Amino acid sequence: MKHNLYAFLIGIVGLVWACGRDTMTPKTGALALQFEHVVSAAPLTLGNATYTNAAGESFTVSRLDYFVSNIRLRRADGSEYVVPQDSSYFLVRASDEASRTLRLNNLPEGTYTGLSFMVGVDSLRSVSGIEQRKGVLDPGLGHTSGMYWDWNTGYIFLKLEGTSPAVAPDATGQRNYRFHVGLFGGYRARTLNNLRTVSLDFGGQAVTATTGPVSAVQIRADVLKVFDGPKRLSLAQKSDIMVSPESADVANNYARMFSFRQITPLER
Amino acid sequence: MTYRHLITLAGMVALWCGIWSCQPNEAGSPEPAPEPTTPGFKPTPMAWKKPANFPEPVYDLAKNPVTVQGFALGRALFYDGLLSHDGTVSCGFCHQPSAAFAHTDHALSHGIRDQIGTRNVPAIQNVAWQREFFWDGGVQDLDLLPISPIQNPVEMGDTLANVLAKLRKDPQYPGLFEAAFGTKEINTERMMKALSQFMVMLVSANSRYDKAVRGEGPALTDTETRGLTVFKAKCASCHATDLFTDGSFRNNGLPRIPTAKVDDIGRGAISLNPDDRYKFRVPSLRNVERTPPYMHDGRFWTLEQVLTHYAGGITDSPTLDPALKAGFTLSRQEQTDLIAFLRTLTDTEFLSDRRFIAN
Repeated sequence: MKHNLYAFLIGIVGLVWACGRDTMTPKTGALALQFEHVVSAAPLTLGNATYTNAAGESFTVSRLDYFVSNIRLRRADGSEYVVPQDSSYFLVRASDEASRTLRLNNLPEGTYTGLSFMVGVDSLRSVSGIEQRKGVLDPGLGHTSGMYWDWNTGYIFLKLEGTSPAVAPDATGQRNYRFHVGLFGGYRARTLNNLRTVSLDFGGQAVTATTGPVSAVQIRADVLKVFDGPKRLSLAQKSDIMVSPESADVANNYARMFSFRQITPLER
Repeated sequence: MTYRHLITLAGMVALWCGIWSCQPNEAGSPEPAPEPTTPGFKPTPMAWKKPANFPEPVYDLAKNPVTVQGFALGRALFYDGLLSHDGTVSCGFCHQPSAAFAHTDHALSHGIRDQIGTRNVPAIQNVAWQREFFWDGGVQDLDLLPISPIQNPVEMGDTLANVLAKLRKDPQYPGLFEAAFGTKEINTERMMKALSQFMVMLVSANSRYDKAVRGEGPALTDTETRGLTVFKAKCASCHATDLFTDGSFRNNGLPRIPTAKVDDIGRGAISLNPDDRYKFRVPSLRNVERTPPYMHDGRFWTLEQVLTHYAGGITDSPTLDPALKAGFTLSRQEQTDLIAFLRTLTDTEFLSDRRFIAN
């Protein structure tokens, strides 16, 4: 019995020593990505603020939500750190200030010069079991339920809604437009694949993930570009784009809405 | 102190250390920590058996093994109007046991506030073998299926988030979830898995046909046997295997009803493929005698009407199934024999199984 007690004490000492030295894991740091929403030069204001798209149509924005996933950080030598997938699903909502900051923890300490991310939820996770759908991917989570199609299983990658005088009034007299873009390529039968990957270079700048103060990569998302990119969209022509071939045009446009701005300390 | 003790202790220390220093800091990450498991929690396994004349199931029962407690929870949820916005419509409201969990009173689904949907209520039977759900196959995983009727405004008209909140506040459910899953936590995964446990148990494989095939009961009569021969020649390419469906999507030549409120293009709305327009999932014919009305829009009320359609009512269109394109015939005698055969698919044991009825 006495021997057991000694052995136990030795074990505790060993445990404290080993954990204190932190020999089990390499040094890790943290980074943040911060999304800033604008319409051309003006900050995006949800509600009554009016803007004009490239087709010359006036519009407002009531909602802008999108998934950011599968984040990869690029080093100067071109190698990448792939953020573990389970820690790499975020839902950014223009209406929720906190949601625009994506915190990446447990990154290998180091310097990064660019990044890439997917707008939406990758096809593998889109077909995975219910036990793989946690956090923002939980279809039963209040604020995210509007980002999941229950009748055509899949996530809505980006949702942009608002009003425009260019849109003919609906049954209730509202002149709404709605872009709900999803479709990951289909489970068995092939469908559209609207998953888009955005790659941004920090323009010669670098961000360092350390255990010290956290830096934030500032990314600008310009709503105007959703209407104007490879294809110029007119709300008068089509105000509701959801499960239709035109959704690919919206995806091609919004894939180009993101730009790198600067690296700043993370404000808390 | 023996050598073995030391090894055990060293192992424990290493494990502790590993857990401590490798624990990721989850702050800011969208993934919650895994659920704590309750030591000693052991629900009672419930036997799920593949009928000898059936293929391997599609549903992964190893991932969600059926237990007495999980099944009981699933059944409670299935028959609870709490799952709908105003408390009036449960799953069992439309999916009635005596109709193989279809709905014989309505051609089209009936939801809260007496709203009528656009499609006929499909049966729930042998879903462990089903790859795709609903008439258009929009859902591909049984565990995700219930979200759709819960959130459909003309069916149960609620949100899954709100239903979960109601379940958490209910006096009986936290206890039922604890019995099934070890803790009182109520979440999407547990709710869906409990409903799946109930639904995968809905196996219909004891019709007169099954018993004849397996040599457990009397052989089919002469008329029924003639019907089976016609069936094999003219129907079984789509209504294949002893599941009586190949699970595919096909256009069976139903004429467009000019007064119909919606132009339902079925599968085409899911795949966006023009070749899929007006295609619908081939339904199983098990218990077909007991599941009127028929077709995705419930337009036929008798089996005779269905066969009259195939005998002479097929309407050509660009996506009409090739098997029905030209020269498909069904004589009067064949129709009579076929109906006699189809009635052998009625599984009274399944239709009256007391385990599946609300308690």
